[in-house]
Amino acid sequence: MTDMRTQLAGTATDLLERDPNVAVVLAEISVDRFERAMAIAPDRVVNVGIMEQTLVGVAAGFAMEGFYTIAHTMAPFLVERPFEQVKLDFGYQGLAGTLASVGAPYDYGTEGGTHHSPGDVGVVLMVPGTDVLVPGCAAELDRLLRQTYADGRLTYLRASVAQNDVAFEVARGRLEVVRRGNRATVVVVGPLLSRTLAACEGLDVSVLYTASVAPFDAAGLAAVAGPDPLVIAVEPFYEGTMLTSLADGLRHVPSRFASVGVPRRFITTYGTAEEHDRELGMDVAGIRRRLMAALVLG
Amino acid sequence: MTTRPDLDHVRELMALATGDEKHEESSTSTLDALWVLYDRVLRVDPASPRDEARDRFILSKGHGPSAYYAVLAAKGFFPEGVLAGFLEWGNPLGSHPDRNQVPGVEASTGSLGHGLALAVGSALALRAKGSLNQRVVVLCGDAELNEGSNWESILLAPHMHLTNLTLLVIDNHSSSIPMGPWEPRLGSFGWDVVVVDGHEQDQLYDALSDRSHERPNAVVADIPEGEW
Repeated sequence: MTDMRTQLAGTATDLLERDPNVAVVLAEISVDRFERAMAIAPDRVVNVGIMEQTLVGVAAGFAMEGFYTIAHTMAPFLVERPFEQVKLDFGYQGLAGTLASVGAPYDYGTEGGTHHSPGDVGVVLMVPGTDVLVPGCAAELDRLLRQTYADGRLTYLRASVAQNDVAFEVARGRLEVVRRGNRATVVVVGPLLSRTLAACEGLDVSVLYTASVAPFDAAGLAAVAGPDPLVIAVEPFYEGTMLTSLADGLRHVPSRFASVGVPRRFITTYGTAEEHDRELGMDVAGIRRRLMAALVLG
Repeated sequence: MTTRPDLDHVRELMALATGDEKHEESSTSTLDALWVLYDRVLRVDPASPRDEARDRFILSKGHGPSAYYAVLAAKGFFPEGVLAGFLEWGNPLGSHPDRNQVPGVEASTGSLGHGLALAVGSALALRAKGSLNQRVVVLCGDAELNEGSNWESILLAPHMHLTNLTLLVIDNHSSSIPMGPWEPRLGSFGWDVVVVDGHEQDQLYDALSDRSHERPNAVVADIPEGEW
């Protein structure tokens, strides 16, 4: 299976080749994956060096000139370090573009806390009107990028190392009903679906899947959740990030919520993403344990 | 729309835009440079502010925009009467300009250190489009250049050979940290640097018109303290 980071470069390169209005702005990260793109369109693929504020500002400058811009680097350096550039240069200006990250929440786990970004989605959601897409596998990333790169919106597209076993026909704002049950509704985001389905084995719960954090299909959730819902988000970022969106869909009915996400504390351990998943309760056993706790409390 | 495009009239228009006195020096120190740009240098069309063939101008520092608004109004980008409602509820003219509300404004600015990177992106995009006759001028204040984000772009622009980019620095000596000398400082990054008297319009015109075609251009308009 192609990894999402390679897919991102491949899809962006294909779009560059097909559409003369596409531009890519890099800040050293993944430059090796964009060599063909640079050869195809040297004026439309710019590596600004290690300048993350300028990465976003330059990408917005391209957008001001009408280009469909894809800006790419690691998540903490794309949306946390240059947050004001995201907020003002794109958001406040009313410009469209794609901010495509790798590395969140702790994909490059041996790099340590400076390179982790479990707060990236929460940060981006503070920019009004921004779409947040978290594909579950390379095929979904390809599909989402092709759908949205020229849709006139600002989109945060988050590529992950972890991938699901199957791809869905994902789309902006779409929610899939994967299975139905009675005790709770589990809403799973992006690459956590396969392990969540394993964690739910034998549990009488509905499982919904989305790659679209924003916009979120609140009406779709309401249709499945029923009259006395317990909704549990399984989210590959800080726990609780989805709660506002989930609650928005269930304002009409008393509801209970829980979250299985990355605990809100600094991560100071070094190791693989899988080792961090185990430590943080984000592997199959950890998700099942946390789901069971939510079901008991619920 | 009837316009009287002379600088005395622009000063009269500035006088209409009251309420931002804390930025008065910031505004008046830009006036001569802005007037030279819009009267003699930039190819812009008030009837078609987003015309593809226009030159681009970004007031990066955003602060003290009354001179900018007055020049735009005098040139016919919007009715002069709008200036009287400066800072008032419902009026598009705030103390930092908004590209989505004010015709002729390329970028919404005010938070310091954003416009130069936008200008670099715009200059790169123009080159990518093959728009080789258009230029991008970005105005920064000397104190604004304290912001580190600017120095990323000051490093990048010569590397990208952006000869279609002009950095216009209004050095009104408002920076707590003296930013000069400009020639060796910006020149060491690869810019072609000219320092002129910020109130001498012919000097400004010559510097803004006679561009290097080898390197990005920096024009520093010096405004001595007390002569804002």
